[in-house]
Amino acid sequence: MDYLSLVWDWMVSHRDIIVIQTINGVVTGMILALIASGLTLIFGIMDVVNFAHGELFMLGAYVGVVVLATSGSFWLALVLSTLVVALLGAALQITTLRPLLGRDPLTTILATFGISLVLQNYALWQFGPVPRKIQEPFTGQFELFYLVYPWYRIVIALLSAGIIGGLYLFLKYGTYGIWIRATTQDRVMAQAMGIPVPWVHTAVFAIGAGMAAASGVLFGPLIGVNHAMGLDWVLKAFIVVVVGGMGNLGGSIAASIFVSLLEAYAAIFVSPAQAIIVSFVALILTLLFRPTGLFVPTPK
Amino acid sequence: MSAQPPAQPLVAVDDIHTFYGKSHILHGVSLAVGKGEVVGLLGRNGVGKSTTLKTIMGLVQPSQGQVRFEGKAVTSLPAHKLARLGIAYVPEDRRIFKLLTVMENLRTGLDRYGVSEARKQALLGKVFEYFPVLAERRNQAGGTLSGGEQQMLAIARAMMLEPKIVLLDEPTEGLMPRMVSQIKQIIAVLNREGVAILLVEQNVPLTLEASQRVYIMEKGVVRHHAVASELNVNDAVIQQYLGV
Amino acid sequence: MSKTSHTGYWIAFGIVLALLIVAPLVLPEFWRRFLTEILIWGLLAMSSDILIGYTGMVSFGHSAFFGLGMYGAAAALLMVKPPNLWLAILYGLAGSAMVAGFVAYFSTRLRDIYFAITTLIFSQIFYVIIFTWTEVTGGENGLTFSRPQFGIPGLYTVPFTSETLHWFVLAVVTASYLVVRRITQSPFGMVLQSIRENEARTRAIGYPVERYKIVAVMLSGLFAGLAGVLYALQNRFAAPDFVYFLISGEAVIFNVMGGIGTLVGPFFGAAFFLLLREAFSRFFTEYYLIPVGIIFILMVIFLPQGMLGFAKRWLNR
Repeated sequence: MDYLSLVWDWMVSHRDIIVIQTINGVVTGMILALIASGLTLIFGIMDVVNFAHGELFMLGAYVGVVVLATSGSFWLALVLSTLVVALLGAALQITTLRPLLGRDPLTTILATFGISLVLQNYALWQFGPVPRKIQEPFTGQFELFYLVYPWYRIVIALLSAGIIGGLYLFLKYGTYGIWIRATTQDRVMAQAMGIPVPWVHTAVFAIGAGMAAASGVLFGPLIGVNHAMGLDWVLKAFIVVVVGGMGNLGGSIAASIFVSLLEAYAAIFVSPAQAIIVSFVALILTLLFRPTGLFVPTPK
Repeated sequence: MSAQPPAQPLVAVDDIHTFYGKSHILHGVSLAVGKGEVVGLLGRNGVGKSTTLKTIMGLVQPSQGQVRFEGKAVTSLPAHKLARLGIAYVPEDRRIFKLLTVMENLRTGLDRYGVSEARKQALLGKVFEYFPVLAERRNQAGGTLSGGEQQMLAIARAMMLEPKIVLLDEPTEGLMPRMVSQIKQIIAVLNREGVAILLVEQNVPLTLEASQRVYIMEKGVVRHHAVASELNVNDAVIQQYLGV
Repeated sequence: MSKTSHTGYWIAFGIVLALLIVAPLVLPEFWRRFLTEILIWGLLAMSSDILIGYTGMVSFGHSAFFGLGMYGAAAALLMVKPPNLWLAILYGLAGSAMVAGFVAYFSTRLRDIYFAITTLIFSQIFYVIIFTWTEVTGGENGLTFSRPQFGIPGLYTVPFTSETLHWFVLAVVTASYLVVRRITQSPFGMVLQSIRENEARTRAIGYPVERYKIVAVMLSGLFAGLAGVLYALQNRFAAPDFVYFLISGEAVIFNVMGGIGTLVGPFFGAAFFLLLREAFSRFFTEYYLIPVGIIFILMVIFLPQGMLGFAKRWLNR
């Protein structure tokens, strides 16, 4: 077992970068979890694969830019962006997705793909190709080994966890949480119980959109805000949703952190652009051996 | 046909034709249920009894014909609006929400607008009185209940809507004989409270005992309509449409 | 199956073909190239139809096949001197066939949405590889090369003109269409359609469904790769953008909007959207995709069978 001691020695001597990458992985993972939870909720309740989810993330970031520029308050930007994009999501669902209910799933994939094209180009039209910046609400760093690590990143992770925790509580307790869970399990009987299922669908889509927008604003200071930022994230979100088990909220959160950690560790050895292959491999392995999801206890 | 449908029916179905894809299931079904009446719907497997219930409940849209509730046409209303109006549906194979607790299952019907807290508590109390097992298991997931308990939950859940009529689809299917008599009791209780029941069943004796009138269906139409007390299990009519 | 409507189809086919042959002689240069591009994208969309329309498998992997066809041709044209047309085609087809086989092996055991997502992910895997392996693929900037001559090197070659290139592309595309059409009407094609209709039943009858699916994916990949080769010949460059999953999305859009299961529909879909893009870009400059996208969404809602969907049975006779 010489290998093990070799690996252990390597890890100990590189513990600084491992810790840093672990924290980075968790931070990215929480942001991804925010995006992925919305995606998996939407799929779980109405069997819609929302290709436009990345664009909701992107628009959230842009609304954040605008509100920040006019009001100067990051937190106002966060709240307003979430509300505005949630409303937009509701409007989109009512106009384009409701008419498609019950049709071939290909049609919703195409419709959301079309929406994503329109939203991307709308953003390009309104804001131009030059990336914008969102200023983080506070600067301030702490020392982590040889680096100075910004507090803001830790705050993002905590806030995301808070939002997801809030979502969990909302779903578990409260009438609307019950409505959502009932509709997800059996849409027909939910209707027969008087639950206004079409509106539940709209509400869930809006919630998913709002969460994507929030992650756009939170993550904005770390990356440039531009019209194409949604594409890479929607891809990662899809991977994570499949690996976690489609429609499985807890699974997609766990998978988000798991995959982000894998990528963060891979980034120690290869470039970030190549590190993404790790998540692709995770997806393929999941599909080959545990297609219902890595974190789902037993295959259905 | 000696039976008379009620003059002012609570629920009436007029010449409905329903398709599943290309299959023509209902070929012009007409029937009616009066206020507080128990009406049975008998027929072999596959004649369209469940489809009739689903059409009334708005879960399936008929291609022709009308569904009326309290005199008003409700054919195009979606199921959740009909549930709010006072039609409750207890499907074949129960279909309780397996991942929700018993209490949460009940709440899907209990949490309605415009119902006072007091009335909700009273409703819950009443249901737990009739079904003490449910009170015991109130925080358990629906999927952990036995078949009979799930049936009770399905009926209890429907009662949460304080319905004017309950559409019961084969409530005794797959249940032990002891439970069958419990179902009979429940039907009697509901009837006492003034709730109408449209009972689809394979169990002929139970249906004849519990109902005031029965309809018998065959191949997507109603073939016979009679007062239940005038029918007997051994009658030729029963043998013709339901005999094996 | 009346003989008369069958002949009607071939007459229509002949007329369209004749128009396409004459077109480069009367059209200005820009529209000549535009028409050739429509043919190439139409071929790509048609390859997607093999899977979506006939086998019932929605794939987003066509950008990988297309891209590999393009890069394969690029490899032949850059590595072998003098640049050899037939070698370019061979390399391109080989490249896309390999990728198709690889993707088919992993994805075909999956159903529906999982298949779609996996093919999408594979496109992206190849995108990342091509984008980052700069030494071999030119990375972000892609590869440029010169167009080979038509003919048999060593014996007789003549350079392509804009017209002759168009006719060459037209010949390849027409041949492809006829071949694919023949395949869909063959017993093999019938099995594919039966898989689309009811996979469980087809399996129960005894057909090795997975094997048929793999062949379908490879066939589809082959023609997508061919489209990639033609694109490389037309434009003389290969770039990673063409391997990005958006290209797969466009192929699916052209396919579905033209009418799945028609083989001709994808060409009309490609023509419709490329013309729409052209028209709108005159008025809306760079943001033409907004009205085009809206029209697309409206078509998905109101015209899901696509433009030629109503003629599906007639076109398949």
